[in-house]
Amino acid sequence: MIDLAQIQKVRSDGDVVAARQIGRKIAEEIGFSRADQALIATAISELTRNIVVYAGHGEVEIRQVENSGLNGISVEARDNGPGIADIDAAMTDGFSTGSSLGLGLPGTRRIVDDFELQSILGQGVTVTVAKWKGR
Amino acid sequence: MTRRVPILKQGDLLIASIQGELSDSDIVDLQSRLLSEVIKVRARSVIVDVSALDVLDSFGTRMLSEIAASVQLRGARAVIVGIQPEVALSMVLLGLNLNNVTTALDLDQGRLLLGAA
Repeated sequence: MIDLAQIQKVRSDGDVVAARQIGRKIAEEIGFSRADQALIATAISELTRNIVVYAGHGEVEIRQVENSGLNGISVEARDNGPGIADIDAAMTDGFSTGSSLGLGLPGTRRIVDDFELQSILGQGVTVTVAKWKGR
Repeated sequence: MTRRVPILKQGDLLIASIQGELSDSDIVDLQSRLLSEVIKVRARSVIVDVSALDVLDSFGTRMLSEIAASVQLRGARAVIVGIQPEVALSMVLLGLNLNNVTTALDLDQGRLLLGAA
């Protein structure tokens, strides 16, 4: 029986892979479909990569959550990096095109159920997402 | 530590067979080695088999596009095969696309498309 709450320190792209795998295992344990497992792993991949690329290091906490009888998974990616200068721009699709991939945040928001972003310029970013089974 | 994706050569066809999850640097390594091989053996076609990947996010998708584009600049054709259904769904929802890249269901279909023997 795997631990349904895990924290992965994130420093390099190897940690991005590790976080994806943890997320996938927890999602599978919770009983998410294969399709949802892939979505969750993808969301984790995007959020974790942002930590590596923009902050250098941080951590991601993945755990099972429950709300009003619904089972779900929560992913919180946090860092103490430079923060996001323009959150509105970062959450707009066009921001991700061009030579830079952008933060991939609008896409990530589409593939999860709950999405919350907190950022203070100069202090870091915390992105918390959740996906509910059966929704 | 970079995991090297095996690149097999069959005549003037190169097949990159991804065996499992790849980190960003593994993908970058694949891109440069594949391009080197294309140049070295004067390959006419390249197939990248992604059937073992269960996640293809914005970086992975972008890199596959770039692999196809750089291979094409060297006069070879590239086909990506084996995108899994869940992966395809994630890509669509994320708003990613492989519009400029030829895809096929599997190796057989890929070879048919390329007209390889």
